[in-house]
Amino acid sequence: MIPPEFDYVAPTTLQEAIAVLEQKPDAKILAGGHSLIPLLKFRLASVNTLVDINRIDGLSYIREEGGWLKIGAMTREADLEHDPLIGQKYPLLADAARTIADPLVRNMATVGGNLAHADPANDHPAVMLAYGAVIVAAGPNGLREIPITQFFTDLFTTALAPNEILSEIRIPAHKAGNGGCYQKLERKVGDYATAAVAVQIHIGANGVCDTAGIGLTNVGPTPIKAAAAEQTLVGSKLDDAAIKRAAQLAADAAQPQSDYRGTEEYKRALVKTLTVRALRKALERARN
Amino acid sequence: MSTHKITVTVNGQLRQAEVPARLLLVHFIRETLGLTGTHIGCDTTSCGACTVLLNGRAVKSCTVLAVQANGSEITTVEGLAQNGKLHPIQEGFHMEHGLQCGFCTPGMMLSAIALLKQNPYPTEDDIRWGLSGNLCRCTGYVNIVRAVQYAAEKLRIEN
Ligand SMILES: Cc1cc2nc3c(=O)[nH]c(=O)nc-3n(C[C@H](O)[C@H](O)[C@H](O)COP(=O)(O)OP(=O)(O)OC[C@H]3O[C@@H](n4cnc5c(N)ncnc54)[C@H](O)[C@@H]3O)c2cc1C
Ligand code: FES
Ligand code: FES
Repeated sequence: MIPPEFDYVAPTTLQEAIAVLEQKPDAKILAGGHSLIPLLKFRLASVNTLVDINRIDGLSYIREEGGWLKIGAMTREADLEHDPLIGQKYPLLADAARTIADPLVRNMATVGGNLAHADPANDHPAVMLAYGAVIVAAGPNGLREIPITQFFTDLFTTALAPNEILSEIRIPAHKAGNGGCYQKLERKVGDYATAAVAVQIHIGANGVCDTAGIGLTNVGPTPIKAAAAEQTLVGSKLDDAAIKRAAQLAADAAQPQSDYRGTEEYKRALVKTLTVRALRKALERARN
Repeated sequence: MSTHKITVTVNGQLRQAEVPARLLLVHFIRETLGLTGTHIGCDTTSCGACTVLLNGRAVKSCTVLAVQANGSEITTVEGLAQNGKLHPIQEGFHMEHGLQCGFCTPGMMLSAIALLKQNPYPTEDDIRWGLSGNLCRCTGYVNIVRAVQYAAEKLRIEN
């Protein structure tokens, strides 16, 4: 399949890229290209100018700084997957990176692209909801921080303005007592989730949960923050009753539709089961 | 549509061409350069038949633009044998009957090379995991795993 015609530019600085976006409102960013190029090939998207940001230096990094884990937008999934810091301290992120697509796709696909694309089937959105991440957007007037809860506005739609580029993702830095887990059911490697659940918790010295984040993948038009489920966990010791209560509330928050991956009923039941598993694993990790 | 002059090093040889922006890397390799060992299977980023090494990383060339590869080093299956001598991975596929129709084989071999560079001592699980972006419709994978184990052993002895 051959994509429709377009112009292509490859700026080497963020400022230059933003200037192109300002001049050409129909332009689109090209990051890993592994959502955009398939869409262009299927002619489900068209674009007059592709702005390739792969040649801008300094957009690919993973580092802890000032109480945050900072991830450059152009960091590839494969880099997350193999990063020792992520492996040790950010198991939710490590779990998710391993389940995204396949190893070949992960060599190209970027974390920024995964979020900017805002496909409710993508895995990072729910993960970032669970972490309570902050998105950094670079625009003509400099940098702007967008809390993740305000980032996904609709199906394939984000709070980014047409002249903004997602430049960094910030996750609260790991501290003792944190635990996380991503549980995804996929039919085979390379498939999107039938449903998936992201969990990030913090257990205080007294064994009581003081923070909980739960995000749901591919069970609604946008990624879903299961707020009621989160609230029921805070103040509990994550005993079985609390875990089951949260799982039911997460299933209630899901808005799945029946499709070739399963019926609405099945997906809701799946969210419940995956939430239980993710919470148990997160708790185990928080205690270690 | 814009066109672009690109320079790439393919299997060690410098190649230059003027390409339209929308030209896919796999079409550039097969049609512009005439290297038809890189196959097109699904054309939808699923099967891995089009796998090449782009600056050492295995990627699906049906989902990369040729212009994106400007300045890069590309390895295709044609670049594996050196001076008439098969690469250990090619020898492995031969010795262990790692192919039947052979359509998936170039992609399998390039993914396997990238895997072995990262992990010279892969377990069977590591190999299956590393090749999970490449589909084979014929073999049932058992002999592909053996072929990669053969190559891993041989590369360990060589290095
Ligand atoms: C076979 C296959 C299986 C897959 N399976 C999964 C899966 O299981 N889970 C999953 O989460 N994903 C999956 N994906 C999607 C993959 O992870 C994509 O690569 C990802 O969704 C988009 O990232 P990208 O870097 O490729 O972005 P691109 O395709 O380059 O861009 C996607 C969109 O985001 C915009 N964009 C990209 N970067 C920025 C930025 N920095 N600022 C502003 N806008 C930007 C682009 O303009 C475009 O509209 C799969 C893809 C394939 C091909
Ligand atoms: S042809 Fe590229 S992945 Fe199938
Ligand atoms: S040998 Fe035929 S597809 Fe693999």
